[in-house]
Amino acid sequence: MGVLVAAKGTVSIVVERCKACGFCVEFCPTKVLSLSSAFNSKGYHPPHVVAAEKCSGCDLCGMYCPDFAIFGYRFAAAKPGAATEVDDAS
Amino acid sequence: MSDLNVVNPVEPFLRTDRMPHIWCPGCGIGTTVNCFTRALIESKVDLDHLALISGIGCTGRVAGYVKLDSFHTTHGRAIPFATGMKLANPKLNVVVYSGDGDLSAIGGNHLIHAARRNVDIKVICVNNLVYAMTGGQSAPTTPGKAITSTMPYGSYEPSFNLPHLVDAAGAVYVARWTTFHVRQLARSMSEAFKKKGFCFIEVLSPCPTLYQRRNKMGDGLDTMKYYKEKSKIRHGAPTPEVGLTLNGEIVVGKFVDRDRPDYRELLHAQMSETLGERYIDETELVCS
Amino acid sequence: MQADPRGVLTGVHFLDGDHACCEGALAAGARFAAGYPITPSTEVVERFASRVPLVGGLFIQMEDELAASIAIQGAVWGGAKAFTVTSGPGFSLMMEHLGYAIMTETPCVFVNVQRGGPSTGLPTLPAQADMMQARWGSHGDYEVIALCPNSPQECFDLTIRAFNFAERYRVPVLLMMDEVVGHMTEKVIIPKAEEIEVEPRRHTHKDPADYLPYGTNGDKVPEIAHAGEGYRFHMTGLTHDEHGYPNMNAATQDKLVRRLKEKITDAKDVLLYEEDGVETADVVVVSYGITSRVAQRAIDIARAEGLSVGKFRLITAWPFPHARIAELATKVKAFVVPELNLGQMVGEVERAAGGKAKTIPVSHAGGGVHRPEAIVAAIQEAAR
Repeated sequence: MGVLVAAKGTVSIVVERCKACGFCVEFCPTKVLSLSSAFNSKGYHPPHVVAAEKCSGCDLCGMYCPDFAIFGYRFAAAKPGAATEVDDAS
Repeated sequence: MSDLNVVNPVEPFLRTDRMPHIWCPGCGIGTTVNCFTRALIESKVDLDHLALISGIGCTGRVAGYVKLDSFHTTHGRAIPFATGMKLANPKLNVVVYSGDGDLSAIGGNHLIHAARRNVDIKVICVNNLVYAMTGGQSAPTTPGKAITSTMPYGSYEPSFNLPHLVDAAGAVYVARWTTFHVRQLARSMSEAFKKKGFCFIEVLSPCPTLYQRRNKMGDGLDTMKYYKEKSKIRHGAPTPEVGLTLNGEIVVGKFVDRDRPDYRELLHAQMSETLGERYIDETELVCS
Repeated sequence: MQADPRGVLTGVHFLDGDHACCEGALAAGARFAAGYPITPSTEVVERFASRVPLVGGLFIQMEDELAASIAIQGAVWGGAKAFTVTSGPGFSLMMEHLGYAIMTETPCVFVNVQRGGPSTGLPTLPAQADMMQARWGSHGDYEVIALCPNSPQECFDLTIRAFNFAERYRVPVLLMMDEVVGHMTEKVIIPKAEEIEVEPRRHTHKDPADYLPYGTNGDKVPEIAHAGEGYRFHMTGLTHDEHGYPNMNAATQDKLVRRLKEKITDAKDVLLYEEDGVETADVVVVSYGITSRVAQRAIDIARAEGLSVGKFRLITAWPFPHARIAELATKVKAFVVPELNLGQMVGEVERAAGGKAKTIPVSHAGGGVHRPEAIVAAIQEAAR
């Protein structure tokens, strides 16, 4: 039976500014991000969220991003909308 | 989904009408700007009384992207410009934001004299080990054996140990971080803003297009991982021991944090002692 | 507006040109100077260093002329009136920052007490051989204002003028003294503060939201804001638009550089000169600085011999008064141009004359002043 885990925060991505340097993906402490297969208009693969429930809104991604293309923020209270069903086994 | 009224902390500091900036993918200068922003917020510096002065080079372009009173001056001369500005209006927080070539080669003389005088300015030196803007030429910080466009067979010049140089010259606050150490860098910048006197923070940053490429060290992300692997935090390390080499350990941390009267205090004390009441201490030289 | 009395040493003094220049700066409201020792200019800042702590201001001896010439600009943008002082080798070092002041429209004064050159040359002896350098020494297209005092009194008066032009036109102004004018001691009358007219800084009254650092309202001079006033403006030496943002293309370059030029060429009030008897003369002696003192003697001697000689003294060397010289060229037979150099301003005279009058140089390699006889001989030759 799955357990609902509420994310503590989320990220906001300005896709067009991203130059796919990979800092945010690498240094997110909980591996929330991955470079997507989509392209922005300059031909770069921007990041996307792959593990929303793990985001704490710590904003390390925002501090690393040299292009000001992403930042993280904490929710005021846990939000059901960002929750994901998670298996006991995981 | 994100809340519409939550804003990237860096955004209010940017001249958004000038985005995107010119820095390459994987360059660390933008990262340092994020840290700078956080430090300004944390230290509660009055942004209307902050002047950011830069020289020429990739890091010099920071001045044009921040929504502050910002001055993009001549190559190597941000520090004397900053000195004049700070002396004319001591109420200003004066930050010099420039690169390793600008500050330690052409600007080297001004660097050591401002440190000697302990002028109350904060110098952020982004060190990518080359002259990036002009195509990756050697800088005084380029490590031995590194390949640059003007030393295509490998550098054979000894390089500056910048923390040692400014420490010896008299700086009251000396720290080194890399663009990997975002939280520590922001904290150091914040400490520097609150400290009186000549403060110097060196930040190692990737130049993937030139330095790292020519030296087969990968891209920006590879360099960030390299910084993570090679850095050793040694607060208070004696500055003669923190020199950099091509593949060696990167000593980071806060090396110097001491108190000395700053230039204005020294000036005031001497004038008062000699002239007594005849000394007119005009703190602001603003003309009408 | 009136001068600030705290900086005005009212009275009748016996001062050399260097000292008088310092007093002029103080009277004009200069409260910041940065300099580097170089003969024969050092006394200007030595005096400032002693005077300004008693007036309310600051002198800093910088580590070199590169630093001095930009420290003053930092001080200006921090709100002060500022100047620096140098001679030949230092003047050469300051060229980049002269260009920076022109490009960023920073009002300030650069004093050059000229000495023999090139290179280390004659540190303690006069020349007037930096005149073309004053005009063209920095790279790129630009106009500059350069004034030439010929007495310690003028060193006082023209320093004030220099600051006033600098503020009115947002441009660095050069005061081209020479070693003799700088080291000769003469009577200098310093009037009361209320009799000295000082130009205020062209500070904007606009709100930060409406202010464009390099926007102009019809005239060619933008209004300035200082750091720390909430304007959050950007300033750069790169080619820039009205926002002060780098905008590096041919169209912006054309607009900016032409405005910087026309700002000065349109400024008719900066063309200062002194004339005597030129309307009816056969020969007009064109001179400036210390040479004009010797030229006056030569003119007196020639007139006593019955020659019809006029005097044209350049007070403003740049911009050069082309129109007036061109006009005189239609009336006179010849111009005689003595200078303490191997021929610099004489080229401008010749160009302005457009072939309508002969132009005769009286050159001197520097190291001393002309003997009046040399100028008299040239006048006699010209009158033939």
